[in-house]
Amino acid sequence: MDGPRASITSSSPYGHGGNAMFTLIEPDRTRDVAARVEAGRVLLSADALREDLGWELHEGTLCNESMCVPLPAGSRLGEGGVFDLGEVAATLDRPLAVDVDAGAAFLGTSAGERAQALGSLVAPDFTLPDLAGQPHTLSSYRGTKVFLVAWASW
Amino acid sequence: MWQALYEELRGRNFVVIAVALDKSPDDARPWIEKAAPTYPALIDTQHVVADLYNIVNVPTALWIDERGRIVRPNDVVFGTDTFKHITQLESARPLAAVRAWARGEATGFAASEARALQTLPTALDQQARAEFGLAEWLARQGRADAAERHFVRAGELAPHDFTIRRGSMPIRGIDPMGPQFREMIQAWGAAGRPYYRPLPDTRG
Repeated sequence: MDGPRASITSSSPYGHGGNAMFTLIEPDRTRDVAARVEAGRVLLSADALREDLGWELHEGTLCNESMCVPLPAGSRLGEGGVFDLGEVAATLDRPLAVDVDAGAAFLGTSAGERAQALGSLVAPDFTLPDLAGQPHTLSSYRGTKVFLVAWASW
Repeated sequence: MWQALYEELRGRNFVVIAVALDKSPDDARPWIEKAAPTYPALIDTQHVVADLYNIVNVPTALWIDERGRIVRPNDVVFGTDTFKHITQLESARPLAAVRAWARGEATGFAASEARALQTLPTALDQQARAEFGLAEWLARQGRADAAERHFVRAGELAPHDFTIRRGSMPIRGIDPMGPQFREMIQAWGAAGRPYYRPLPDTRG
């Protein structure tokens, strides 16, 4: 842990003073990420990108443990060891909503991924609680016809 | 609301799964307790199912077959005629179709038909859901002012998504049946846009 973190000194863009924790929310998890906010942009170090988000830049390709996404032509992502969270999201084709004042961002799921899943007609799986807090999983009803209905009190 | 349908068809290897897109279990609780369902009645405060299935209003129903495949995509299905005078939508025909499917008297759509009837999410839809997700989280942290910015932005990005525009109202302290809702729905209607978008009635 000491190695890469220690290389970020006060002369780097992540030096003391500019350093802050930013809350990054994804549909399935929420965590705090070391980041610096500059001119409305959320900037991460390569370490934060790898350790907190699970992505790493390798020769023009952004990879996590299951996939690699090539950077678009002319991308400056990672230049100077700085990763703009907005550019990371754009590279992954994922929607990002940011509130720099509140120190939080939501990284959503891409339209392409959702459209591909729905177009396959395989019902996307989910687990949600009932009123008693008991979790129920759609796929556990395999073998049964399911009438899935979304409603609301509003 | 769906209990009678479930009771009638449960012996047919059929289940209802109801998902409430509400801000808290307590918002949905009175309705669920009144219906006393023996099928799963689930709570989705973060609109997980709306995101997964591109659901933009309620009530929305889908048919999923024994193999876990969508055989009838998002459709407007009311369990009763309580709101018929407002919606102009009758419950009888869609419910008769569900019964016929559950009893094996009718099939769902073939894959090509089902795909043709699907509305897939756009990048704007997903950006709106990200804004909603951030707003919902901020609201839970007690940051109402910051949340409001993103609820508004989400509604601007996806004006057709009433799980966002109306569904956020209770979180924001706005009456979802009140003047702001009526204003919203009137403006929508005046622009020639339907509030409910049922599937073309190709299968009864």
